[in-house]
Amino acid sequence: MDWSHSLRLIAPEETLSIAGLILLLIAAWGGDKASRLISILAVAALIGATALVAPALCSGAMGPDTSAFFGQIHADAFSSFGKILIYLSAAATLVVAPTFFDRFGAMRAEFPILVLFAALGSGLMVSAGDLVALYIGLEMNSLAAYVLAAFVRTDGRSAEAGLKYFVLGALASGILLFGMSLTYGFSGTTSFEGINAALSGGLSHGALFGVVFMLAGLAFKMSAVPFHMWTPDVYEGAPTPVTKFFATSGKVAAVGLTMRVMLEAFADQADAWRQIIVFIALASIVVGALGAIGQKNIKRLMAYSSINNVGFILVGLAAANVQGASAMLFYLVIYVAMTVAGFVTVLMLKDEAGNPVEDIASFAGLSRTRPGLALGLGLVMFSLAGIPPLFGFWGKFLVFRAAVDAGMMPLAAIGFAASVIGAFYYLKIVKVVYFDEPVDVIKGESDIWHKAILVVTCLFISPLGYLLSGWLQGLTDTAAAALFHAL
Amino acid sequence: MIHVIAFYLFAVMTVASGAITILSRNPVHSVLWLILAFFNAAGLMVLVGAEFIAMLLVIVYVGAVAVLFLFVVMMLDIDFAELRAGFVRYFPFGALVAIVLLAEMVLGIGAYKAGAIVLGTPDGTAATPAGTSNIQAIGTLLYSRYLFLFEAAGVILLVAMIGAIVLTHRQRSDTRGQNISKQNQRRPQDATFNVKPEIGQGVQI
Repeated sequence: MDWSHSLRLIAPEETLSIAGLILLLIAAWGGDKASRLISILAVAALIGATALVAPALCSGAMGPDTSAFFGQIHADAFSSFGKILIYLSAAATLVVAPTFFDRFGAMRAEFPILVLFAALGSGLMVSAGDLVALYIGLEMNSLAAYVLAAFVRTDGRSAEAGLKYFVLGALASGILLFGMSLTYGFSGTTSFEGINAALSGGLSHGALFGVVFMLAGLAFKMSAVPFHMWTPDVYEGAPTPVTKFFATSGKVAAVGLTMRVMLEAFADQADAWRQIIVFIALASIVVGALGAIGQKNIKRLMAYSSINNVGFILVGLAAANVQGASAMLFYLVIYVAMTVAGFVTVLMLKDEAGNPVEDIASFAGLSRTRPGLALGLGLVMFSLAGIPPLFGFWGKFLVFRAAVDAGMMPLAAIGFAASVIGAFYYLKIVKVVYFDEPVDVIKGESDIWHKAILVVTCLFISPLGYLLSGWLQGLTDTAAAALFHAL
Repeated sequence: MIHVIAFYLFAVMTVASGAITILSRNPVHSVLWLILAFFNAAGLMVLVGAEFIAMLLVIVYVGAVAVLFLFVVMMLDIDFAELRAGFVRYFPFGALVAIVLLAEMVLGIGAYKAGAIVLGTPDGTAATPAGTSNIQAIGTLLYSRYLFLFEAAGVILLVAMIGAIVLTHRQRSDTRGQNISKQNQRRPQDATFNVKPEIGQGVQI
């Protein structure tokens, strides 16, 4: 193996880790006063890393040339697609975080550094080609995430979110490790390629248990039903920028990792795991839709919405082919844009004193007091509901088309019916915002950066997004093809 | 011959100190016996030729886990006499658990004898190269094939350390820290006064 070749392939990871270490030193000497500077530098590092991974996606890198360190890491078009989404949404988190934390005086120099390391771990997850790399990436991401959830430790809800996430996350890691050790035991290797080759003769009972346990652990990380219980509590309790980070970067990493494991390590065993994925997808869609109906808190509602969306994404995985994987990636892009727009809107909903307002009833009549904000919220909700002219519809259409083309008509039909149920609670918010009597609670002003991110993401999910769909389709097709050529 | 003697010595000591761990009345003594059991298990590992695992046992289990456990036992005020009080009441349940465990063991050994499980074959990278100890072999692998993952694991530890500090460290306003340079700069003439108070008057400082 050529070391310099491997080291060149992991240049984005090197950039991020070295940036993290240098920023840590600045934090140690500069203290919390330097947190603004560290945030700016961390965003610069993330943008730099994005620039480093972009060429692999544009040139459609795939095959043996892209595997570094004996195939433990794949730096192909698929991983760079995932990494671009992860790094950009982490950068967006860092841009909106300071104004949120400054209000409690809770902004600390370590925040951007932890986000940086979490993004590094997420990047490793989507480029893993080996069970050990998978686990190390996952734990790097998770450990940073536990701390981020509890970051405002004077707030009881934040501490609760951190503790809950930690205990359940550790349990899920244990389950995943158990599955990995069974898989290793029955295949004799930890590399995805080797596992696929070793299991090509069919799954023994033990290896099947390994697949099931690994899926359980991964479903927890994706917050897919039946391992979703932690999501509403953690999303509600964690500071809003952190929730946004979990719902975007964390979700992309978990879904990307699941695609790697299922479509590389167990690629030839699709018949064995397809029924599990179908169940998880349908259950997530239904539970996400039904659970959201009674929610009074916008962050809890967004948590159920993310469960619901994971269900739709997994419909594409059930197809287990290039078209399905491409549809999943397309959906992920739209989902990230919708979620970023949604959480930036939530961050901008502040009362006169600048305190965050999360109670849905307080949004009543927002259209008359703050028409711009109301329009943003309305667009996000319509798009999440998948109402046709908006871009959110196109993602749902693609995954369902992939399922139908793969001959899974019932799955698509049930998913489609459940998405109608889901539309109810999104439309309820639109109704509260546009048709209820104004209560005039939302008065706080936001800075230019929030507005800029909101405008960009809203333009993307508006019908204007279709102008990009041809270009995006090309990228997702390349990335999905790379996933199937990694072996 | 010496091997056999060493094996029986270590094995008997391991089993005996394990038994005393459970039986001793004082929990601190239990932990100390547990440490002895770990040491003897490490000896057994050396006999098998797995020096690395022997070192791990001593460093990780004796050095960290057992000492941590000792701290917990000594710091927490657990009344072990009370914990044991319900022995007769819970005996049937305990016996049931023991029977289930025994049945599982018998079944497991039976299944093992039947040779039903076919495990995967290692791809050859797992074999120790001839002429090197297994510590050296593991080290070579860690610093060549698994270098990247080894370094990434180091980053995880760094993240854990940052997390622990972020969540627990805070500036407290109700305590006064020691400022050593200020302390050293203070001279006797700044700190002591010679005053002559009037009778019946207090001292103004």
